Amino acid sequence: MPIAQLASSEAKGETSKTFVFNNEGHTLGNALRCIISSYEDVQFCGYTVPHPAESKMHFRIQMHKGRAVDALKRGLQDLVKMCDHTIETFENEVTTFKNENHIAT
Amino acid sequence: MDQVNDENPRIILGEHKITRNLPTTETILDQTFNIKSFKKSLRIVIVRYTDTPLEMEFDIIGMHPFLANTFRRLMLSDVPSMAVEKVHVYNNTSIIQDEVLCHRLGLIPLRADPRMFDYRSNDSEGTEQDTLEFELKIKCTWNKDENKDSSRVDDMYKNNNVYSKHIKWLPIGNQSETYKPADVGPIDDDILIAKMRPGHELDLKLIAVKGIGRDHAKFSPVATAFYRLLPDIKLTREVEGEAAERLKKCFSPGVIGLRHKEGRTVAVVENSRYDSSSRNIFRHDDLKDAVIMTKIQDHFIFSIESVGAMPPDIIFTEAVKILRNKCVSLLEELEQV
Repeated sequence: MPIAQLASSEAKGETSKTFVFNNEGHTLGNALRCIISSYEDVQFCGYTVPHPAESKMHFRIQMHKGRAVDALKRGLQDLVKMCDHTIETFENEVTTFKNENHIAT
Repeated sequence: MDQVNDENPRIILGEHKITRNLPTTETILDQTFNIKSFKKSLRIVIVRYTDTPLEMEFDIIGMHPFLANTFRRLMLSDVPSMAVEKVHVYNNTSIIQDEVLCHRLGLIPLRADPRMFDYRSNDSEGTEQDTLEFELKIKCTWNKDENKDSSRVDDMYKNNNVYSKHIKWLPIGNQSETYKPADVGPIDDDILIAKMRPGHELDLKLIAVKGIGRDHAKFSPVATAFYRLLPDIKLTREVEGEAAERLKKCFSPGVIGLRHKEGRTVAVVENSRYDSSSRNIFRHDDLKDAVIMTKIQDHFIFSIESVGAMPPDIIFTEAVKILRNKCVSLLEELEQV
């Protein structure tokens, strides 16, 4: 189970939560943090890798209003969209470049 | 400062500090993320693609820095490749120790396409889907037929140098139908593995599996994958004569050119793309006010150098796909909660 919730994050209710990602690190943590902290309803968003020897990542979201889980979902969905668009653009450019320069694929 | 405050977000490289400019419009760096503006701003330009070595350079313009960095990290440590993971040493009478030899064998890049293989689970025996087997059986002997007088090692001995070309592939199951030896073996056949003398012998079985760079650098599919920001150099006033020569020497070759007009030599910026961004110019007190060195913050020059198993464009798309699949599986998990 890669995503769990930190036990102490229950007190504040649904608006503030710390999620624990297993087998994730700075690669996903920083990407998600940057995208989620740009959202308007988000008061604070940060992540930490508590110990470098454990492959765990703690991800904190505090909202002005709304649920923290929704912000996380929205962040992941936006990342998927970004990836899709990047792949599409990149592959188009590579095919046109290869055709123009006669490089076999 | 009007030259600096245009529509691009820039960092300004000063003598002792780095500052930012004030872009005339809102940039991708300071707006709330939305996919529409991302689609509008993203541009990718392929600059260079070479087959030998497998290298590629391309520009990504209008992307958030965090995403560029994520792709770089993914290429280095999350895109899989095949490498020798286990070595069975049946005999090793050479002077190179077993563990050193095994380590060297692990670092030999293999041509096998990792997309054709599965990850091998820890306890499994290894099937045709997830394992490649090789053997290295070689013995060094005296060379009897060459001329006796020569004292060159290559004339005196046979097999005194063990190269990666001596590694022989042993197909498992139906692998011999799917692949040719050249598709899976070492990429380069002239990698020196060990040096031997008559009587020395190697008898090894190599087991290659699929892995990722986070486990061990030998699984990384790239020799290097990095990005840098596009440098932009501007001259604020005309520099001529001897000063122009000095100005030219302060930057990488090709960045500053000299133009002759009306009997004078004037310095102009020709192409600042390949500047090393060294700050030599600030050693000249009379020139430092003539130049503004900036970097454009949402213009990334990616450079990917493949080890050889996969072409660099595939490595990049694989990296993006890994991030995508990661997000999709996390989303599915969140739906279940």
